Amino acid sequence: MTVVESADASLYRKFLPADTAVQFLDPAGRPVASSARYARPRSRRLVEMYRRMFLGRRFDDQAAALTKQGRLAVYPSSRGQEACQIAAAMCLRAQDWLFPTYRDSMALAARGIDPVEILGMLAGEWHCCFDSARHRTAPQCTPLATQLLHAAGLAHALARRATGAVVLALCGDGATSEGDFHEALNFAAVFRAPVIFLVQNNGFAISVPLDRQTAAPSLAHKGVGYGIGSEQVDGNDPVAMLAVLDAAREYVLAGNGPVIVEAHTYRMSGHTNADDPRRYRSDGEVTEWLGRDPIRRLEIFLRAEGLVDDAYAAGLSAEAEELATTIRAGMNRDRPVEVDDLFRYVYAEPTTQLREQLKQAHAELTAELDEDPGCP
Amino acid sequence: MPLITMAQALNAALRDALEEDDSVVVFGEDVGTLGGVFRITDGLAEAFGADRCFDTPLAESGIIGFAVGMAMGGFRPVVEMQFDAFAYPAFEQVVSHVAKLRNRTRGVLPVPMVIRVPYAGGIGGVEHHCDSSEAYYAHTPGLKVVTPASVTDAYGLLREAIDDPDPVVFLEPKRLYFSRAEAELGRGAKIGQARVLRSGTDVTLVAFGPSVEPARQAAAAAADEGREVELIDLRSIVPFDDETVTASVRKTGRCVVVQEAPGFAGVAAEIAARVQERCFHHLAAPVLRVCGYDIPYPAPKLERWYLPTCDRILDAVDRLQWDDRPDTRWAVGA
Repeated sequence: MTVVESADASLYRKFLPADTAVQFLDPAGRPVASSARYARPRSRRLVEMYRRMFLGRRFDDQAAALTKQGRLAVYPSSRGQEACQIAAAMCLRAQDWLFPTYRDSMALAARGIDPVEILGMLAGEWHCCFDSARHRTAPQCTPLATQLLHAAGLAHALARRATGAVVLALCGDGATSEGDFHEALNFAAVFRAPVIFLVQNNGFAISVPLDRQTAAPSLAHKGVGYGIGSEQVDGNDPVAMLAVLDAAREYVLAGNGPVIVEAHTYRMSGHTNADDPRRYRSDGEVTEWLGRDPIRRLEIFLRAEGLVDDAYAAGLSAEAEELATTIRAGMNRDRPVEVDDLFRYVYAEPTTQLREQLKQAHAELTAELDEDPGCP
Repeated sequence: MPLITMAQALNAALRDALEEDDSVVVFGEDVGTLGGVFRITDGLAEAFGADRCFDTPLAESGIIGFAVGMAMGGFRPVVEMQFDAFAYPAFEQVVSHVAKLRNRTRGVLPVPMVIRVPYAGGIGGVEHHCDSSEAYYAHTPGLKVVTPASVTDAYGLLREAIDDPDPVVFLEPKRLYFSRAEAELGRGAKIGQARVLRSGTDVTLVAFGPSVEPARQAAAAAADEGREVELIDLRSIVPFDDETVTASVRKTGRCVVVQEAPGFAGVAAEIAARVQERCFHHLAAPVLRVCGYDIPYPAPKLERWYLPTCDRILDAVDRLQWDDRPDTRWAVGA
């Protein structure tokens, strides 16, 4: 076999992720010798991050409780992934776009979307209950990795129009096995689209562990094959997550092409409330990750820095309870749905056939007043 | 009037749309420098620049997904899937996103685009190059599905498709790409409106895309035998023009639907069902279909036995119980 020497054999190295994940705080919240490549975010931003993570977890807990009460059909929790969720929202400006998955409700809340509108989907009111265009946030995507291509295309469109906006697309470790993941990275790279791909590697695709998804040294390494910048981050280190994503936004905005960031994190709950994680992972493993909790980690650091004190924490707890009360009140209020909506948004104008079917639906509903006793 | 091919008419439609609307972008595999494997995008990259007409990586799902994002960003993508069967990798994007985004977002994030697909057979193509894939798209709410059968309609329908607020799957019969006609190109055809190509009183023939030509031949041959055939070119599969088809069958009392795709669960089956639901009391005979067989598209040397031909269509017309005797083909024990 002949080895073909590349004109610039070292070219690929600039796309390689570092061997270790970027970290600013150790699991106990103590600052580590941080990477000089990234600036530590300003203190005020870190306090705000702590606040949104705290509120995010309360949102998540409340949503899980509403599922148990039957108010939500299902809830995919992102408990434990708060650092990823909040940094993803906080690194973006109003003009930027976010492409979330079904597990990223917390990021949507941090982006300022009404929690009741976020949860409307899981309450079965509509497939997406917030205004995607106004919030510049795509509907939460269920078919894995498909939204990454939309993110690449939209990023290209934004760059073409010189809007100064970027796109951040979220996906999980399982999604990196889908074809669309690879096509999205490749398209984004070829068109140098200003998009950040944030992979939350939480260890499992429902029950299947990472070693069944990939044999690569890391998911971030996938970037080098497409010629895009890549980085690994301690996904439970809020300071590192925000530092890296802030830098990633600058990097893609400057026209360097896309970037892939792999966040090493852990899903503390099951895939959804319908899952039984004890069938595929040990309690010991979960306990180990409890020790790396991102919220406590940042709180310890902020207290040590004198940026957060008991009074702040008490105020934040009260704010979180207020949020939970608002969510409960909102979700316990029944919002009427109407049969006309079935046909309203299929085409810009309903076709003749849909108008006929709406008429038929109305006729059948009227006839229900005189129901056949033979039907259940 | 100038003599032009369907390929030239499609090229002119793209050219005029690019000229009139800055948001229109044309992209796909080989559509830039080469001008498309069928030359439909010939000269567009040169005329409008690489920003308006460009090549992409060779990945169909990627092309459609990227188009979704560009549509969200205010562009009007017109993308090419190189061949019918090569569009299948993009199926998830088409079905789960292109078709549904307006619905998922209650109208705030529609993704109007045109997906051009060279389709159907009759060209001696090797495998995976000759599928009639219209039923997959027609079965998906949220998509419009259009197919021209003439040079004039190719221009008019493509312009309509590009202007349409909904995503349109634009199926181009490969066999007709280099058919010529003297045509003055202009806007006339409307999505959702079928066209009566020939008036008749005895039987309605419904055809679309590549099946229109054999249906036209059959109508002419039937006239020689004294049967007046009304020939309808659907042009638009979705939305379906119930009005034109229903009015015709109520007049003639007989109907044959022609399509090149396998018959089972195809568009012709839907049309036959609609006609019997709406015209039952006007029918003198069962609605018949002339379709491809329920087999994978055959190899080139066998395709002449597969395609709906003038002969097969005339056979179906002959079986429409003209003498009030039942069609024995389906008799018990036959």
